[in-house]
Amino acid sequence: MAATLILRKIFKTGFVSEPAPHADAALRTREQALHAEILKVFGQAVAIRHVDAGSCNGCELEIHAVNGPHYNIDGMGVKFAASPRHADVLLVTGPVSRNMEASLKRAYDAMPEPRWVVAMGECACSGGMFGESYASCGKVANVIPVDVEIPGCPPTPVALLQGILAAVSAGRPHAAG
Amino acid sequence: MRIGDHDWSLDAIGRHRWRGRMEPGRLLALARAVKDEGGQLVALWGTDDRRDGAGFGIHAAFLTSAGLAWVSSALAADAPAYPDLAHIFPQADRMQRATYDLLGIRAEGAVDERKWLRHNAWAEDEFPLRKDHAFRPAVSPRGPEAYPFIRVEGDGVHEIAVGPIHAGTIEPGHFRFSVIGDRILKLEARLGYAHKGIEKRFEGMDLATGARLAGRVSGDSHSAFAWAYCMAVETAAAATVPGRALWLRALFLEIERVANHLGDLGYLGNDVGLAFGFAQFWRLKEDWMRMTASLFGHRYLFDRIVPGGVAVDIDDAGRAELDALARRIGAEARELKAVYDEHPTLQDRFADTGVCRPELAAQLGLTGLAGRASAQAWDARTQFPQTPYDELDVSMATQRRGDVLARAEVRFAEVHESLRLISDILARLPAGPVHAPLEPVRAACEGLGWVEGWRGEVVVAVRIAADGTLDRVHPHDPSWQNWPLLEMGVLGNIVPDFPLVNKSFNLSYSGTDL
Ligand code: SF4
Repeated sequence: MAATLILRKIFKTGFVSEPAPHADAALRTREQALHAEILKVFGQAVAIRHVDAGSCNGCELEIHAVNGPHYNIDGMGVKFAASPRHADVLLVTGPVSRNMEASLKRAYDAMPEPRWVVAMGECACSGGMFGESYASCGKVANVIPVDVEIPGCPPTPVALLQGILAAVSAGRPHAAG
Repeated sequence: MRIGDHDWSLDAIGRHRWRGRMEPGRLLALARAVKDEGGQLVALWGTDDRRDGAGFGIHAAFLTSAGLAWVSSALAADAPAYPDLAHIFPQADRMQRATYDLLGIRAEGAVDERKWLRHNAWAEDEFPLRKDHAFRPAVSPRGPEAYPFIRVEGDGVHEIAVGPIHAGTIEPGHFRFSVIGDRILKLEARLGYAHKGIEKRFEGMDLATGARLAGRVSGDSHSAFAWAYCMAVETAAAATVPGRALWLRALFLEIERVANHLGDLGYLGNDVGLAFGFAQFWRLKEDWMRMTASLFGHRYLFDRIVPGGVAVDIDDAGRAELDALARRIGAEARELKAVYDEHPTLQDRFADTGVCRPELAAQLGLTGLAGRASAQAWDARTQFPQTPYDELDVSMATQRRGDVLARAEVRFAEVHESLRLISDILARLPAGPVHAPLEPVRAACEGLGWVEGWRGEVVVAVRIAADGTLDRVHPHDPSWQNWPLLEMGVLGNIVPDFPLVNKSFNLSYSGTDL
């Protein structure tokens, strides 16, 4: 019976949001700090809309990872939203390909204020290995205003969480325009 | 090399890899002969060879009974054209259109001549991969251009347009569904949104930087691309790579396969409402990534495969740790498989959903893990092994159903096979150096690399200029062949099953948009 097997596995697994010895001690303080910060800024939660503006899909692997059980982001009040209209933070990966330029601007324009833009990964911060070319606009800041840049190729899940924290705790966001 | 009744006078350029040049007409005949013996077209691309008074070149890589054959034809400098191959191998269609968009080389007689990679970033009469086109020209903004989707008309038919930005964390692409009620009558994908000029970027790069870029063609297949690129460069430069380095490359490739399969198995559970599956598999995947980071310094092994070998070694303590984790993950994946097997909703949603029958798969060239789930029994590690796979005896996973269930089954089988290979590699890793610097290249040369990545075969063709920099690199991701099959697989399914079917293929956008 599937139900028995599932229950047995759940009991055996226990809670994994408990940190592993080396990397996680830092993470836990981060989680607590982040939680407190989000409560202060939003009173409840922060909604993130991710846009892949032309990445190699490496950064996406870490966005998926941060949604996994080790990181417990729901418990911290961080949620990924299905539409930019429901989002506080626009998380952008990749250099902005010219073929995505218009769509990225449209997603940004659709967001309610206050809004924050987080550029995730080397490509989003500087254009990375792809640079500016006939096909690439380079860094995200070339296309829309950016509040926080998270370096790394790709940034680790911890760095990603820290970047989101830096965005929402950093005073006034961008005004319209 | 013989195919059919003919000797095609191809030369061996390394194990299971062949090279030949012929007239365009003979290229067409070779394509037919390959098709007749049950082979496939893997990749097709163009080159601008006008530097020494020549014209353009068209290149194809065929999967044959003797291995991978890279065949080229010289084309005129003015109005370059070659005979259409898509009527023999339908998978050539989008590759031919991309070749036109980038180089202005036409497939004569092709039925579909719509643009593919060109959206509105450059004009119709501009060809960015031509050598006289600047990497970074002054860009004049152009308004959006409509794409002529094929329309389905009739009573009650309507269209659903999705993307390029999706509701979840997915790469950018546009899907146009024609539906009646919830049933899908037609799906047409419009890709190219992630086109960022990778092939042009390679030009003039040094060989080491090229490996870093190759690994970023599709980040989830980093080791596959980096290895295929290095194999191509090392073949071109006639370099010998230390044995231990080759074994470590295989270790990295299998680590990458396990990581991706674990993640996909979790998402497949999630897409049918089994959040338990997601949490469990992503817990295992995260343990795997952390181990990879602690042993090799990067969660996804970026930049660990370099021309001449690998950039990192493993010690005895690391071997024991990785082996222990591989065994634990194998045992846990078995427990989770029992849950998936016993779960009635999951089985109901997986079975007979997103079906690609073996005949259709053969006709359209479905490849890699999706191909093996539709009885296309090809796996380069088994049939055309490079070192160390020739000593590892890889057993291939195949299914015949061609549905979501079959693609999940292949992933389960491959997780276990890869974990077995990892333990085997760790136990038998030869001693010695992990890197031998390449001799400087002093004359123009070319090479081809071919690696069975987690998604399917990754091919990289390289031409190095006399000054030792990259003249032309073409990286090929197996998603090129498989995207059209996703469109066929969802026909007759309901729209809400699309995310599940899509995830069961998990194709790369970046890898084909380039
Ligand atoms: S930063 Fe690195 S991982 Fe992220 S999109 Fe760029 S190349 Fe890929």
